[in-house]
Amino acid sequence: MAKITLSINKKEFPMEADPQMPLLWAIRDLTGLKGTKYGCGVAQCGACVVHLDGEAVRSCVTKVSRAVGKQVVTIEGLSQANDHPVQRAWQEIDVPQCGYCHSGQIMSAAVLLRENPNPTDQDIDYGMAGNICRCGTYLRIRKAIHAAADMQKKTATKG
Amino acid sequence: MDEQTLSRRNFLKTSAVTGAVFSLGFYWPVNAKSAKIINKAEAESYGIEMNSWVHIDKTGKVTIFDHRAEMGQGSYQAVPQIVAEELEVNLNEINVAFAQGDNKKYGSQITGGSSTVRGSYKNLLKLSATAREMLIQAAATQWSVDKAGCYAEGGHVFHKSSGRKMHYGELVEAASKLEAPKDVVLKKRSEYKLIGKPLLRLDTPLKTNGSAVFGLDKQIPGMLYAAVERNPRLRGKVKSFDETAARKVPGVRHVVKVKMGVFSTYREGVAVVADSTWAAIQGKKALKVEWDDTGFEHLSSEDIYKRQLEALQTQEGLVFKKQGEPTEIIAKASKKIDVIYETPYQYHACMEPLNCIAHYQDDKLEIWGPIQGPEMVQDFISKEMSIPREKIVVNMTFLGGGFGRKAFMDYPHEAAVISKAIKAPVQVVWTREDDATQGPFRPGITYRCEGVVNNGKIDAFKVKLAGQNTGHWFGGKKDVPNGSASEGFLKPYADSIKNLAIMDVPFETPIPILWWRSVYASTNGFAYESFLDELAHEANKDPLEFRREYLKDERLHKLIDKMEEVSGWQNRKKNEGFGTAITECFESTVGHVVKVSKAPNGGVKIDQVWVVMDCGWYVNPDTVRAQIEGSVVMALGAATIHEVKFKDGMAVDNNFSTYQMPRITDIPPIDIHIMENDEDAGGVGEPALPAFAPALTNAIFDLTGKRIRRLPFSLQTV
Repeated sequence: MAKITLSINKKEFPMEADPQMPLLWAIRDLTGLKGTKYGCGVAQCGACVVHLDGEAVRSCVTKVSRAVGKQVVTIEGLSQANDHPVQRAWQEIDVPQCGYCHSGQIMSAAVLLRENPNPTDQDIDYGMAGNICRCGTYLRIRKAIHAAADMQKKTATKG
Repeated sequence: MDEQTLSRRNFLKTSAVTGAVFSLGFYWPVNAKSAKIINKAEAESYGIEMNSWVHIDKTGKVTIFDHRAEMGQGSYQAVPQIVAEELEVNLNEINVAFAQGDNKKYGSQITGGSSTVRGSYKNLLKLSATAREMLIQAAATQWSVDKAGCYAEGGHVFHKSSGRKMHYGELVEAASKLEAPKDVVLKKRSEYKLIGKPLLRLDTPLKTNGSAVFGLDKQIPGMLYAAVERNPRLRGKVKSFDETAARKVPGVRHVVKVKMGVFSTYREGVAVVADSTWAAIQGKKALKVEWDDTGFEHLSSEDIYKRQLEALQTQEGLVFKKQGEPTEIIAKASKKIDVIYETPYQYHACMEPLNCIAHYQDDKLEIWGPIQGPEMVQDFISKEMSIPREKIVVNMTFLGGGFGRKAFMDYPHEAAVISKAIKAPVQVVWTREDDATQGPFRPGITYRCEGVVNNGKIDAFKVKLAGQNTGHWFGGKKDVPNGSASEGFLKPYADSIKNLAIMDVPFETPIPILWWRSVYASTNGFAYESFLDELAHEANKDPLEFRREYLKDERLHKLIDKMEEVSGWQNRKKNEGFGTAITECFESTVGHVVKVSKAPNGGVKIDQVWVVMDCGWYVNPDTVRAQIEGSVVMALGAATIHEVKFKDGMAVDNNFSTYQMPRITDIPPIDIHIMENDEDAGGVGEPALPAFAPALTNAIFDLTGKRIRRLPFSLQTV
């Protein structure tokens, strides 16, 4: 066990944790932020995706020690008012069904859109192939990412 | 009350429902065909606690209880959308709360059989209209005007001629003193403002910022986490275990032997209880356990298929339906079709692995979890742990998928046993590996289909199936055929096919089984609808025209017309790769047309899927479409990837690395159409699944001439 501090969503969380513990369980059980989900534990499903210094990582296979001194953003911190373009697009298109995988889907999509503001269907497929949705919302995910790209462009033009 | 919240726009946290002064609910008299609508005073006179389905408080806030599990299928949207329509309130001003498990109050809460809407909409419409009429009456009395001159809209009552209006909140006290009118007039379909509209789901905003509380996210003060190493052969005991290493894992507090009921059998395991999920999982990995699975046969998948085939070839089975002389005609025929269809065991693979919180205290038990069947949990645990049923409280959370697996009692039972043993609240977390390997699974079924075609007509039609019967595990009689032997197969076929037999060849294995989305239709649909395609081909008939000929039913003809229209069926070229299938499931009929082509690098590519659903009356077309999209994706996985393989009595694949899921790269375009009619509501969550696989394999036959009779098959190597 070691005393560490995690910076999550711009807030400091001091904790005592096994440095080997995956970031996922530190976030969920030691800070009580439950929006990041456990799906497989082996980097297959993407339900646990968070941003580590701006990069999408699978928190189920990322040791908590790796996150020390870095900025972690979880689904709860993606926006203040649930209004990141990806979140808004998800709401307008009613993407989720059960919703369990969508924290990870949204976090993956947010990085995809930042890196590629104008993705094609194929870009989206490549970028999102690491996220499983058992309810089968894939066609809406694709549609929503296009919609979010449009929103992002409009905001950029206005600004 | 475990409330999950809601107003779509502002995410207000609902306050507890105390202080409400007008509420209406149902009373379900024993053996009654329909519920009686009652208010609080009447409930008291019956000596019952009211279910208070609709609550309006003095501020006008409306709270509606969702009595069913929300697992993605949309009950959280459908129930309020129904109520808001007749109650005349704005949907975004309603709070939705999950009802606790109490079937005496709410009627059955088992969320299965695609039954939430079709099972309750008539009662909900009537209840809401009754509440509206009482509010209007209260206003009319207060204004001393004729009730006929008043109407309700947007949470207010208006007086037409004077333009006066009152908010529902101002009327609740007076309305609550009125007697509920017996016969209220319901709106016509053409008058609906909300029902039938593609309104956005109330739960979506909760699912885009991590605030929706799934079972795994629920926290109770003082709660510990448990991971359990269970007998890997699905049943059996712990012979001995060494906990030394597990105890050394930092954070581990308890190591206890546990058991869970799996139907009438038991499975034992060793639970490691810790401060965090991770510590519990590490502790579980450090355990050394010796198992005793005496009496549990160590089967492999090959054994199962072989035995099913042998059974079908040597036994006639129990008669599910028999008319005419199919067996005799087949025996004498010079030319007949005699083919075997095989379907595999399937895993539910909910994205949220099984989990459950239990707190056993002072002979009372409280449970929180992703649960499809709260009353089943109450009944089962009451019996197993000798706790009075009324002392078992089951709280519902959002479910991260259900598909039938979460309508079971094993995981809450195990959590309750652990909480009792450690005298603390505990959340039991199944790892993905536990979830994938420990069943119960959907049974794999083998079918023998025999038929004779003469002069373009079916002379004889005989289907025998050999597969495990879920009913047996629930204590059903073994000398009667599986009641679901023809589930999925359209009923009118039996009116037109004079010589027909459907037989169930009893088949058992020690592997526990359970319902899986669309249940027996999910396997039957493949066998029956592929076999029909074979018969149509033998008869040299167009597959849809052949079906039309045998389905003498106007509603089905309209569905077929629509399928032809949307898919351009009539204009297709010979062997262009079109296939079709139609199945019925939970009172809805769904037709699929699939178009395939040869993939550039070998194998087959799905170009387009068309789905036409006839579900009668429906609430929200966008929810219907979402369920169809999801059903196609789940069916695609089941047809082309998924099979639970058994070896030495254990399930082999234990995670998504080998039990792979369809991904965004695998999904074909899906074109969806909903039939518009005034028929009663049918199911929506499951019925679109069964017809996909046969439509796909029939399309592959059309393109390549190759008949696929075993699932799953690979699109890449077909």
